[in-house]
Amino acid sequence: MALSMKGDFTDNLGKIYGIYVGGFFGFVVLMAILSMVGVPDRVILWSYMAMTIGIYAFIGIMSRTSVVTEYYVAGRSVPAIYNGMATGADWMSGASFVGMAGTLFVLGYDGLAFVLGWTGGYVLVAVLLAPYLRKFGAYTVPDFLGTRYNGNAARLVGIIVLFACSFTYITAQVYASGIIASQFLGIDFELAVFAGLLGILVCSMLGGMKAVTWTQVAQYIVLIVAYLLPAVWMSTVQFGIPIPQLTYGGALSKIAEYEQILGVAKAHVAPFTTYSPKDYFFLIFCLMVGTASLPHILMRFFTTPTVREARKSVGWSLFFIFLLYFTAPAYAAFSKFNLMGLFANAEGLQLAFTAIPEWMLQWGSIAGHQLVTICGVKAETVMAIQAACEAKGFVGGFPYAELKLNNDMIVLSTPSIAGMPIWVVGLVGAGGFAAALSTADGLLLAIANALSHDVYYKMIDPKADTKRRLMISKILLVVVALAAAFLARTKPSDILSMVSWAFSIAAAGLFAPLVLGVWWKRTTSMGAILGMIAGFSVTMYYLIGNVYGFDLVKGTGDEISWFGVASISSGVFGVPVAFIVTYVVSLITPPPSQEMQEFVDRLRLPGGGQMMVQGVND
Amino acid sequence: MSDNISREVAEAHWSKTKNLMLITLAVWAFFSFFIHFFVSTLNNIVILGFPLGFYMAAQGSLIVFVVLIFWFASRQNAIDEEFGVAED
Repeated sequence: MALSMKGDFTDNLGKIYGIYVGGFFGFVVLMAILSMVGVPDRVILWSYMAMTIGIYAFIGIMSRTSVVTEYYVAGRSVPAIYNGMATGADWMSGASFVGMAGTLFVLGYDGLAFVLGWTGGYVLVAVLLAPYLRKFGAYTVPDFLGTRYNGNAARLVGIIVLFACSFTYITAQVYASGIIASQFLGIDFELAVFAGLLGILVCSMLGGMKAVTWTQVAQYIVLIVAYLLPAVWMSTVQFGIPIPQLTYGGALSKIAEYEQILGVAKAHVAPFTTYSPKDYFFLIFCLMVGTASLPHILMRFFTTPTVREARKSVGWSLFFIFLLYFTAPAYAAFSKFNLMGLFANAEGLQLAFTAIPEWMLQWGSIAGHQLVTICGVKAETVMAIQAACEAKGFVGGFPYAELKLNNDMIVLSTPSIAGMPIWVVGLVGAGGFAAALSTADGLLLAIANALSHDVYYKMIDPKADTKRRLMISKILLVVVALAAAFLARTKPSDILSMVSWAFSIAAAGLFAPLVLGVWWKRTTSMGAILGMIAGFSVTMYYLIGNVYGFDLVKGTGDEISWFGVASISSGVFGVPVAFIVTYVVSLITPPPSQEMQEFVDRLRLPGGGQMMVQGVND
Repeated sequence: MSDNISREVAEAHWSKTKNLMLITLAVWAFFSFFIHFFVSTLNNIVILGFPLGFYMAAQGSLIVFVVLIFWFASRQNAIDEEFGVAED
């Protein structure tokens, strides 16, 4: 493998990743055999972590580079299908992997807003942005804004928005990787955050976008296998057909029966039991528009060889993302069906204290988190549960309504809930870790590249040589990563909310200037700059005002609310404001120069090579 | 290559591109929002245990999105080639 990495690496992609997939399956089989011959669980879990991180580090080190185009855009040599896999890993974060099925488990139909919102946005990316940004040939998203809207003012505003959304997002990822590492390795959360950080840096530090691309492809393979295997397993065991996406209809019908028996008021498939229709559709809108504005996603389409490949690559990206997202509802249904079955088939519809499964106590007793709660207490010992339930008047057992599971534990705990062996549990942990790491890497690179390329090189020291620029970029990478880790240690909020905020911020600040920059020639620099500022400010104002109020302390009663819109949908205010301000200001300012209009004309034609010619030193 | 393309050709190319954009986004809006307004009605139809309204949000719309992007990419390629503005 080491030899074929040299030179014609991209010609041998199929062979290299073929060997990798074979090796990965071999490793999983080895773990299965080891667990059967009685190797301790702890050793299996640590082996999974060590093996996968070792591979990512190996790829990261093999892809080290000191060539600027390789560092920023992977040499623009990533074929559509591989870029699709890398985007899939970039996209599917700890929140998707760890939290999505859990959210669907708890919310039922209403949780599908996330499934829809996090897939449909790719249509916007393919149609409105990706091909044009590729044709332009920038290194970063602010680079495009700075050129289209002549100058550093637009660039700077773009960087501020990028920083706000990507930093919120990366904090959530580091937090997620910390949770996973602490649960699977049994180490302290605070320590685990830094273990996660090390895993992130080892992929991106030496080789920038090139290294991140090839590790993300490897991470995609790990995470998708880890996600699909337990679902396929449950489907085969329960319905005899290994296609969970087809068979979970059966589980849905069973859940409906159990809901009748157990008297659950909120039906799993019934719409709008948690969110109002307004919340539901606003959330879909924000997530979709946010998808088409997040810099760490858009910059993945800078790496394809051609405009044509960029378009196709969006299709592949969504296909690879789709594989996980259309499995998540199946995951949720099977888990819910299993769990409700415990109660529906029990004497008097109550789960006896003597029959409390091992996994509830195992997950319940993890320090620092409320993952399993029974009768209002943390499920640590049977004694404690019994005492709390008896105080509530439940003797001998407790009903379904008294069991509360945390969203973030559904996927990670499903293998143990369904009684799967430890080698599956370890695989799922490795998959969740891959998901968090790959997204964190993409985000980290987006931030560090904007700071080093746009702020340092374009605004502070345009004469800096290549070596110096790459060095600055690598130092910034470490600084940003450390800052995110320190913030993550404070456990600022739950993963899903933080991630959703990032989408609203990106949508409000970046969607209008990017789309109008390509699709409306009349957009002026002043219009775009003021539009960005207005959209971003309105959304930030609402977000902070709605969550904390203006004393910045939660729950003190000074929180604002406009039309009852939830904070995770705060982009619905910013996006239209950005469009309106950009439109109005553009019309009252003089039209862009002839030169700029021709620039937009050329942007719209795929042929003729990329426009921004980056010199040797550029 | 783009230097030899006349203004008329470029404009005709862009107008076809814009039409394709509008069609694609119309399909997108239909499956992102419109169809889900009727979830309660659709849920009365149950196929293989899946209530249809639930199915559309969990799988149906997603499949449409994937197919839609590949369809869009091939249509746009055809347009680019028709006007001779595709990459070499």
